[in-house]
Amino acid sequence: MMEDLPLWLALTVSFLVILGALITMAGCLGLLRLKTFYLRVHAPTMGTSMGGGLILLASALYFTVTQDRLVLHEIAIFVFVSVTTPVTLMLLSRAALFRDRVEGMMEVPARPSGKGISGIGVSEETS
Amino acid sequence: MNAEILDWSLLIAQFLLGIGMLACLYRMARGPRAQDRILALDALYVVALLVLVTLGIRSDSQVYFELAMLVGLLGFVGTVALAKFLMRGEVIE
Repeated sequence: MMEDLPLWLALTVSFLVILGALITMAGCLGLLRLKTFYLRVHAPTMGTSMGGGLILLASALYFTVTQDRLVLHEIAIFVFVSVTTPVTLMLLSRAALFRDRVEGMMEVPARPSGKGISGIGVSEETS
Repeated sequence: MNAEILDWSLLIAQFLLGIGMLACLYRMARGPRAQDRILALDALYVVALLVLVTLGIRSDSQVYFELAMLVGLLGFVGTVALAKFLMRGEVIE
């Protein structure tokens, strides 16, 4: 299946993949260790940005060398994931903020009172 | 020989990603509130995408690429729908 790979390719791809997997695992362990939701929402972004980038780069490099042509499909996944992750996490943390305010938790800041301030966008209009 | 190095390091990487998936699963099962569970599901989707990419390198086929793309798309749509459900109480208004 994988016959006569050059040594530099094997070592480079191994290094990139293991480093990416380590970074992703660190992000997921952050999901376990951090205390509150608003801290935890930062943790998985390690996996989506750096870890995913390294693993996808390794994949692109491997297929480029083994197939003797430029394979850049992986960049599509990387761009897609790195564009959508901030959007989803921001929506999620807005929803969490909205829920915490409805329940009157003390830790979250109160809604700004002035009409001109639109710092929290969607959750202002709902209630 | 070189292929064996690559195979073993891909196996190690999959193992590490598996530990990450277990951490996400724990948070999804135990998460004190719904938003924690949704966050863990989103992270789980991303790690599953990366596992599929490493599997693609290991088996030397490009089929897994399309699978990874599909998982990324479904993860985005699913998380957005769930976040909207948390905020409004319904997905489609």
